[in-house]
Amino acid sequence: MIALLKRDLAIATRSGGAAMLGVLFFLAVVAVIPFGIGPDLNLLARIGPAILWIGALLASLLGLDRLFQADREDGSLDMLVMQDWVSLVLTVFVKSLAHWLATGLPLVLAAPLLGLLMNMSATATGAVMLTLLVGTPAISFIGAVGAAVAVVLPRGGLLVSILILPLAIPILIFGVSAAYAAVTDPDPFWPPFMILSAITLFFAALGPVAAAAALKGASD
Amino acid sequence: MSDTTISQGWFTSLANPTRFLALSGRVLPYLATAAVLSLVVGLYMSFAAPEDYQQGMTVRIMFIHVPAAWLAMMCYSVMAIASIGTLVWRHPLADVAAKTALPIGAAFTFLSLLTGSLWGRPMWGTWWVWDARLTSVFVLFLMYLGLMALHKAMDDPARAARPAAVLTLVGFINIPIIKFSVEWWNTLHQPASVIRLDGPTIHPTMLYPLLVMAVAYTLIFFTLHLMAMRNEILRRRVQTMRRQAAQAIGGA
Repeated sequence: MIALLKRDLAIATRSGGAAMLGVLFFLAVVAVIPFGIGPDLNLLARIGPAILWIGALLASLLGLDRLFQADREDGSLDMLVMQDWVSLVLTVFVKSLAHWLATGLPLVLAAPLLGLLMNMSATATGAVMLTLLVGTPAISFIGAVGAAVAVVLPRGGLLVSILILPLAIPILIFGVSAAYAAVTDPDPFWPPFMILSAITLFFAALGPVAAAAALKGASD
Repeated sequence: MSDTTISQGWFTSLANPTRFLALSGRVLPYLATAAVLSLVVGLYMSFAAPEDYQQGMTVRIMFIHVPAAWLAMMCYSVMAIASIGTLVWRHPLADVAAKTALPIGAAFTFLSLLTGSLWGRPMWGTWWVWDARLTSVFVLFLMYLGLMALHKAMDDPARAARPAAVLTLVGFINIPIIKFSVEWWNTLHQPASVIRLDGPTIHPTMLYPLLVMAVAYTLIFFTLHLMAMRNEILRRRVQTMRRQAAQAIGGA
């Protein structure tokens, strides 16, 4: 399992991997927002956390269809599916984790820079980083289900995003509300943050099992 | 009947659907008649119901809106049960049931969103608000469309069955969220008034038309669903026959 994690990370970070592309997409999405709504720094500071979250959500969805596609192309997916059930679920879990480490974690690290561009305060940037750190794994885990469902399709990329976005809406809602609660005074920060953590843990348990079932179903 | 079908080679796999076709063919006329009758009675009762002292005529939208929303959730539940049938027992009809319920459920969801929006304009002063109930129903609508896109994208219905079933079950989380969204969060949408532990809080003059309409909607759903399932079975048979004909030509 550790070897699989290292292998997936190595593939993702070498040339042609999705890791850099995700961060660049994140930068591009956030950078076009000021052009769309005008360079009003106060307004940007107010909507900054939401923009960063939406950008991170879209960037995480971007590389999802590659999660199993590369393994399918070189045939190793069949080997993975042939394992017994528990190992398959664990394999999917590790692959989702590797996907998050390669695409989700760089987004968290890139958030302060973008927070600077959006004229956000240090507290707001910290809150966004913290919520992204807790929330983006959920996107990877639930995204594994979409990637597994669409793995047999030749052009499943867009379909994965369409299938996963409705399920990712709760992550966005509680991530953004926790990030805002940290800045605006009367709102408590912990309840939405706790719900966000609960969603991540729930999806970490549900996603690999469902994805493994979909992979098994698609192969036989 | 079943003896002859079993002895016919590739036909064995369709043995069960054949019995289903015969049975549903017998039931369907009665079901359709009952659906039309209850819809007529329900519509009449809806228009005979007294006007609300605050809402006036617009209260009648409720008789269309509420059963549509119930059916939108029931249809997804039917799909979830059918998905369990696909994954656990590999029942050949379960996949057909789950697939054909999709457009019907999407239509009911759209109807409830549309009528709710029409009602919200004079009552709330807005077409749409992003409150918990509306958002979760909108998410349900998106999931219906996403699953339909998934079925469209797969050429082979047998391969699409199990991945789609998994996704349907994962999306089922949304149904309890829709049901309890008006109680968990403070929303603009009114809380449940019919299905409550302490009995309905809605006045009988409005409750009875609503219940008749709910029965009518349910009958309509099952009528349409059975018809769609029959069509889907026949469509798959035609596909199989075409494939076999093509193979026969290729072989010769």
